[in-house]
Amino acid sequence: MAIADVTEYTHLSEEDVEQLGRELDAIRADIEESRNAADAAYINRLIRLQRGLAAGGRVAMLASSYSKRAGRPALVAGAAMLGVAKILENMEIGHNVMHGQWDWMNDPEIHSSNWEWDTAQPAEQWKHSHNYVHHQFTNVLGHDNDIGYGILRMAREQKWHPANLGQPVYNALLAALFQWGVALHDLDIERIRKGEKDPKEMKRQLRQILRKGRNQVLKDYVVYPALSGPAWRSTLKANAAANVTRNLWSYVIIFCGHFPDGALHFTEEELEDETRAEWYLRQMLGSANFEGGRTLHVLSGSLGYQIEHHLFPDLPSNRYPEIAVKVRALCEKYDIPYTIGPLHRQYGQALRTIIKLSVPNSWTTSDQPEPPSPVRDRRRKSDAERPSRRPELGAWSRSPRERSA
Amino acid sequence: MSTSTVPWDRVRRAGSKLTTPLHPDDYLRLLNPLWTSRELRGRVEKVVPETEDAATLVIRPGWGWRWDHRPGQYIGIGIPVDGKFQWRSYSVSSPTRQRGRTIAITVRAMPEGLLSSHLVNGLEPGTIVRLAAPEGDFTLPDPPPARMLFLVGGSGITPVMSMLRTLDRRRSMPDVVLHYSSPTPERMIFRDELRALEAEHDGLRLHQLHTDTDGMLDLADLDAICPDWRERETWACGPAPMLDAITEHYADAGLEDRLHVERFSLELGGEGGEGGTLTFRNSGKTVEVDGATTILEAGEGAGVGMPYGCRMGICHTCTVTLVSGTVRDLRNGDDYGQPNEQVQTCVTAAVGDCTLDI
Repeated sequence: MAIADVTEYTHLSEEDVEQLGRELDAIRADIEESRNAADAAYINRLIRLQRGLAAGGRVAMLASSYSKRAGRPALVAGAAMLGVAKILENMEIGHNVMHGQWDWMNDPEIHSSNWEWDTAQPAEQWKHSHNYVHHQFTNVLGHDNDIGYGILRMAREQKWHPANLGQPVYNALLAALFQWGVALHDLDIERIRKGEKDPKEMKRQLRQILRKGRNQVLKDYVVYPALSGPAWRSTLKANAAANVTRNLWSYVIIFCGHFPDGALHFTEEELEDETRAEWYLRQMLGSANFEGGRTLHVLSGSLGYQIEHHLFPDLPSNRYPEIAVKVRALCEKYDIPYTIGPLHRQYGQALRTIIKLSVPNSWTTSDQPEPPSPVRDRRRKSDAERPSRRPELGAWSRSPRERSA
Repeated sequence: MSTSTVPWDRVRRAGSKLTTPLHPDDYLRLLNPLWTSRELRGRVEKVVPETEDAATLVIRPGWGWRWDHRPGQYIGIGIPVDGKFQWRSYSVSSPTRQRGRTIAITVRAMPEGLLSSHLVNGLEPGTIVRLAAPEGDFTLPDPPPARMLFLVGGSGITPVMSMLRTLDRRRSMPDVVLHYSSPTPERMIFRDELRALEAEHDGLRLHQLHTDTDGMLDLADLDAICPDWRERETWACGPAPMLDAITEHYADAGLEDRLHVERFSLELGGEGGEGGTLTFRNSGKTVEVDGATTILEAGEGAGVGMPYGCRMGICHTCTVTLVSGTVRDLRNGDDYGQPNEQVQTCVTAAVGDCTLDI
């Protein structure tokens, strides 16, 4: 199923692909020119709502610890508000701000260079592992560490190992502890195991993760419970519930991005001399959308528009719905597949792949067309081995706070 | 004084244990937009019309504002236009105070100046603006010299007004001559207040020139306007041609040391850089530049999302970390090349290859 040449795979001529690229560039230019006060108001409103929910949730929980009558309902409401706040912060706000979607506002308080998000992974490492490695090398075997996150076998081209039998269990653990899995992602554990990681860089990253993780743990599991006095146990549980809710939700959304059937993998031959238009095409073939109402899309960080997000990772997320209409029309025009389905089906397909690939390939059949390229082991590449980065992926600069570290 | 008995820094650090990775201020500003010191902010309290095309904005700064502006300095003001923050710098016109509630800037709407027109005509009281701390060397010394001369054209009166008001408030008006050129009497900002000050202080003499009817200031007349101008410490602020003429006049008399000039436009008088390859580390772009193109323009040309403000080297909004290489300040030829130095991209050009952290 892994594709070595997107142009050949889609049966388009080179001119067609270049024309498609120009049409996508035009969509981008349209949005860039029309970004305005209403867009700025959108992100500012969302940030206000999110911080209001977070503060309200914390206050409700504290109130519940000191009030006999309102105790239980206030605790549940507080946990729910905090959970939603964390989801909004991580998905529609943090992820998108760090992509540089709002840098155009020239507002230093909402800028990719210094945003820090409410999760264990330091922003700097996220911007490297996600904005650069994942968005440039999307679904290229050996280059994109997001294919299974070094824990799961998500492509038939990846060699089977008896340890893969435990995949359903690893998957459940990853879902529940998702923020900690993400926190370790940029360390690239596979390369550490093989002794390929620069020990100095590893130590620096570990220190960063420990400091950030410690502050996160202290806040949710020490400081707020301590403030709750005798009711510390219920505050601790409510905070854990909010964190786990956010973990499960973001895990489901993220697994719907590139693992449903129809989201294809590529071999590194594709990267050779890949043009910008072919990069666009690879993003379209490698991503999957899901359907839903406005609230669902906001809660999922607009990642239901995964295809649009991968084409234009640094355009404001509130514009993805209008971009999607145009992208879909282009897909029809050029006869390119546009993978989309309801959330439950997309996740169901991802889950099926996780389970099927826990056993050797010969025991199961693929849900995708057979690979046109031969199966072989693809070792993970280091930054030095990856081609230089594509500039249009938004900023992923180091935050000033981390610079001295 | 501005020092407080409450150790706010420590309170804030303790509070951030509750709000990490955000700061307490990120939540407090939801209650009151001024309750944050992450970025300097202010609320426009009043917009006072001064002339047909000029207005004074009375601004109440939020947390983090240090009441240390010296008379004659300017501040940066940032307002969102179409969702995007635009920055300009304006002289403070109010007198200095150790503490207080408000500062005032006086703005003239420029014919093509979208932002200045918006500030003069479109700003509602209550609007929250961003502020940049006071800067500038065009200031009144403390104590003031015994004899002073101000040569002012048009809205160049604003920094001088702050100096005069400070002298008035301190009741320490020395021997001051103020020449004020303005197209018409109606276009004179602060004309009533200046006349009142003149009547009140024996030491202050106001000389007005209405250039629409009487022509531009001829510096040969300076001997008549102020016969002892050579013995006076002089501050000049106004349109560039006027300042050029004054600078030349003082240079001819060998009195450059006595003259203090404030220009409100970028003058790249220094020598250029040598040019080279600029590498924008985080966006992965590189661009070849000559020694006359500023880093900001080069970055924008290459499509890098460069932050910017006044574009004339005063507000520091455009500051970016220079990872390696050397840049030259085009205003005075100073070189900056220490590793990880913060450089102002709007007034610097490359001297050889440079790498920037953006």
